[in-house]
Amino acid sequence: MKLTGKARIPKKQIDDINTDYIISGRYKFKIQDPNELAKHVMEDLDPEFYSRLQKGDFLVAGKNFGCGSSREQAPQAIKYAGISAVLAKSFARIFYRNCFNLGIPAIECDTSNIAEGDELEVDLDAGVIKNKTKNQEIKIAPLPPTMQTLLADGGLVEHFKKHGGFKL
Amino acid sequence: MGKTIAEKILSNHSKTEAHAGDIVIADLDFLIGQDGTSGIAIDSFRKMDAKKVFDPKKIAIIIDHSAPSPNEGVSAIHKKIREFSKEQGITLYDIGCGVCHQLTPEQGHCVPGDLVIGADSHTCTYGAINVFSTGIGSTDLAAGWISGKLWFKVPETLKVVYKGKMPKGIYSKDLVLNLIGKIGADGATYLALEIGGAPIDEMSVDARFTISNMAIECGAKAGLMRADSKAIEWVKKHSKKKPNPQEADQDAKYKEVVEIDVAKLEPQIAKPHTVDNVCPISEVLGTPIQQGYIGTCTNGRLEDFHIAAKILKGKKVSKDCRLIIAPASKEILMDMIRDGTLQILLEAGAVSVTPGCGPCVGTHNGVPSDGENVISTANRNFKGRMGNPNAFIYLASPATVAASMIEGRIADPRKYL
Repeated sequence: MKLTGKARIPKKQIDDINTDYIISGRYKFKIQDPNELAKHVMEDLDPEFYSRLQKGDFLVAGKNFGCGSSREQAPQAIKYAGISAVLAKSFARIFYRNCFNLGIPAIECDTSNIAEGDELEVDLDAGVIKNKTKNQEIKIAPLPPTMQTLLADGGLVEHFKKHGGFKL
Repeated sequence: MGKTIAEKILSNHSKTEAHAGDIVIADLDFLIGQDGTSGIAIDSFRKMDAKKVFDPKKIAIIIDHSAPSPNEGVSAIHKKIREFSKEQGITLYDIGCGVCHQLTPEQGHCVPGDLVIGADSHTCTYGAINVFSTGIGSTDLAAGWISGKLWFKVPETLKVVYKGKMPKGIYSKDLVLNLIGKIGADGATYLALEIGGAPIDEMSVDARFTISNMAIECGAKAGLMRADSKAIEWVKKHSKKKPNPQEADQDAKYKEVVEIDVAKLEPQIAKPHTVDNVCPISEVLGTPIQQGYIGTCTNGRLEDFHIAAKILKGKKVSKDCRLIIAPASKEILMDMIRDGTLQILLEAGAVSVTPGCGPCVGTHNGVPSDGENVISTANRNFKGRMGNPNAFIYLASPATVAASMIEGRIADPRKYL
């Protein structure tokens, strides 16, 4: 799988971004339409985040991305905002699972040298990210086999439809 | 090779010899969802073309996060949950029953040795009664509803050993805030915690729930304790199911062992806007407070309100602030009515809202204004958590919140005990 897009980095904070920041409780309870929810992605941390996004962009952050609440509205808002993958130094456990369940790659890598707007090419099979703006390469830790299966099937819903249960 | 509690429970439920790092597909004993997460789970269930849940007796949905509904958007979600529950014959705890993490153990749905998942990150609470319980997302919940199973990566375990005598005015909340401050918001990511030691043995089961509840705040997958005679007695009072308690082997392998002496601890405070931003109370004494909150799945139990009532009896909440309380379940509220605790708190000036999550999640029941400081017994103080990104949330024990209400600023509870 090869993905291309620009790096989008939330302003104010890159480490320990919790799911409340990804999508606030103010919205997750009352908005059921994921396209509407997506408009509020990262709002409390960076009110202009959504307006900067173009389809296929990458959300780039620091350590422990997605900590806190288990809300699946967080990866859902990311997905419907058109983000193709999340790149972070590390992920919180529930968020990490939720991403793959929705078919979004959550990629652990060293994001220190990626800047807002950098043109990236993510090659999951080769295990490398090319930063075309900076002409640098970043190695990706290989995805666990379970996550590769979920991603290949297009998420857990599709996995269950295909196999009638867990086949991991 | 010896096993940790996590390895034993996941082995028993997957019929394998499971060790840390293994991926297992395990049978689930109970599954919960709440009103913020079950809507998407129902959508996923339908998208998976499922018609029936695997066993309606093992599933409950609790309407607690935004209950009663504050607006038409939430009402639509609640309606969807009620219709699904009826259709599938699963247990529904509707508005006012209480918080999911109080009801699941209180109503006897889980016993030591069980494996439980919940579409809520604080599902780790039941670790206090030796249940491997963990938070998952909505689509994982839907997969569990259909198959009765879920896949798990068997976690390594971080062992936390408390020692020393608990000083006056120090509670389980102070212990867990101190731990999170020490190891950080990602200090136990992907790990299970095994928590024990003399101070844990000596505290009530109510107090233990507070610690396991906050295991997720350092990233942990579970916050497990052994089931001693106190825990077994508690469980037998609440459930007819047979407990199957699991203890770690002497030669179990731990990723790390952390020892914490509680003897010299001061009351602890988590400052805005992260749970691991913890300091001793002396650093923030006198910070003006406009709103206090006692409640939630962390500290909304009978013992918590007894502690608050002891401090507030015959006193008044300062005119500069307001105190909101939310018992974690209707049973707790009834107990508070019977034993006079509610009257003491109301006479002091507290406002009691519906048993449930109260203002914790920022959807209703007390959204703070711009620039206001809140002191709360909840488990999260993230920016915007209580519904306003321009407010500031301090986390503390029920005793510290009660003392702060008298003074209208952060106050040391020890002088009121």
